[in-house]
Amino acid sequence: MSDLDMQVDLGGIRMKNPVTVASGTFGYGKEYAELIDVTRLGAITVKGIRLQPWPGNRLPRHVEVPGGMVNAIGLQGPGVEGFARDYMPFLRTTGVPVIVNIWGTSEEEYAEVARRLSEVEGVSGLELNISCPNVKEGGHAFGTDPQTVASLVAAVRRATRLPLMPKLAPNVPDIRLFVRAAQEAGADALALINTLPAMVIDIETRRPVLANKVGGLSGLAIHPVAVKLVWEAAQAARVPLLAMGGIVGPEQAIEFLVAGASAVAVGTANFIDPTTPLRVLEGIEAYLRRHGMNTVAALTGSLRTE
Amino acid sequence: MMKDVTGRVIGQTPLKAGYWALDVEAPGVAEAAQPGQFVHVRVPGLEPAALRRPFSIYGAQGSILKLLYKTVGRGTAQMNRLAPGDPMQVIGPLGNGFPLAPQGSPLLVAGGYGVAPLSFLAERLPVKGVALIGGRTADDVLAVADFERLGWSVRVATQDGSLGETGLVTVPLDRELARVREAGVTPELFACGPDGLLRAVGERAVQTGCRGWLSLDKHMVCGVGACLACVQTLRRADGTEWIGRVCHDGPIFEAREIVW
Repeated sequence: MSDLDMQVDLGGIRMKNPVTVASGTFGYGKEYAELIDVTRLGAITVKGIRLQPWPGNRLPRHVEVPGGMVNAIGLQGPGVEGFARDYMPFLRTTGVPVIVNIWGTSEEEYAEVARRLSEVEGVSGLELNISCPNVKEGGHAFGTDPQTVASLVAAVRRATRLPLMPKLAPNVPDIRLFVRAAQEAGADALALINTLPAMVIDIETRRPVLANKVGGLSGLAIHPVAVKLVWEAAQAARVPLLAMGGIVGPEQAIEFLVAGASAVAVGTANFIDPTTPLRVLEGIEAYLRRHGMNTVAALTGSLRTE
Repeated sequence: MMKDVTGRVIGQTPLKAGYWALDVEAPGVAEAAQPGQFVHVRVPGLEPAALRRPFSIYGAQGSILKLLYKTVGRGTAQMNRLAPGDPMQVIGPLGNGFPLAPQGSPLLVAGGYGVAPLSFLAERLPVKGVALIGGRTADDVLAVADFERLGWSVRVATQDGSLGETGLVTVPLDRELARVREAGVTPELFACGPDGLLRAVGERAVQTGCRGWLSLDKHMVCGVGACLACVQTLRRADGTEWIGRVCHDGPIFEAREIVW
């Protein structure tokens, strides 16, 4: 353990190891605290927060598909005050950096959420949700045009000194344009990928399975898509990358690191095996030893393409 | 406290056509299990990315859990292939469970495999009462012998009349409610089954002025309150509404809490 340097500086978020969880798959940390030792995580990333409480979508909100699931939860959440009051006290006891995923329906709302969270003790960084496929007015609308991304990131940048990490949409023609737009506007790190827009139809009733009709595909099935996007993003990125999409064990996480990520997040796999983040962490450590490496940073971007 | 354990299948026995009881050794989960709680199971043999499946607890003795399931999809079809000795990952016990100190005379109302947690409840309640078991056909009426063995009275209703009386289980329920009222006894309702049944039982609890405990069945993903897939709008005593998670805040709710 002590022979390895697992520390990562994710744009100012100081993680003792490169493993966190994906927003929306780990609640606010305490939901899983009886099942895994959450203090061993490199960071805890919580579910998306906007200014006011938000009810989310109607049910059904998810459907299982081969290799993963499609969800349309719709960013149900307690609002920024409710989050600070009801969930931060537990999170502070963990001693682990807390990354708060934020969203809104306007630049002003994003900025206001960021401003308020800057005053909440224990918040280590903000993940800007500009790519959720499940809310019409917020999230995704901001993430599919580089100019809009730049403008939004700049607006939030003016509102906070917390590390800022936009979460990029996967369904864009060239991810590098978004990487450049976000980092030039002041992003300290970038997270990718969000879920892929998806739809499932019940052929007996000929109705969409999800009440929201469409949702986001996550799970093992999207991993190769995410690896390609992380690799491309890394070529344009001057800031560290947090990679996610289909991690079910250390192998997928190591692929992300080799492709250029500095840290990784476990998402849908938490629902299937809550010990996955810790298995991933131990697997990365074992890999580093096996390959005679003593820092995880040495793995980042170590892809050989000749 | 919930635990994540690797259990071991002891065996399974057929109940009625398509319905099975599965015994699994799950140390630390079974001992803590209360009626109305559930377990979240990773079915071995499904692909590694397959989600867990929630099952209400049919019984618990020592370190052995008993689950009751109907083969309805690929998860339960795969479960049916499990043999003694097969490992099975089990998270539980989850959820709140039924209250075990009823204020009134217990009337249990079951629809189909919804009888599972009610059989476990009858075993653990300090008083005996009446179990009303409904199903579409005789093949959907389960666990009658469980209640009889415990000395409970059982009333059966099937929609096609193939067992017991013909009609929904609310037919014998209304008669039982009238009977206890005449006897000057306050009933207490406990129900598990399809939403239509739960709603009908809830309405009767309100009309009768008795407590009605309903076990909601919603599709779940995480089982621990993190993902917000299984939410339900609920009403507080002061009339204000909130959004609860069936897996974490339930699955048992008092009839007056539920906003249908």
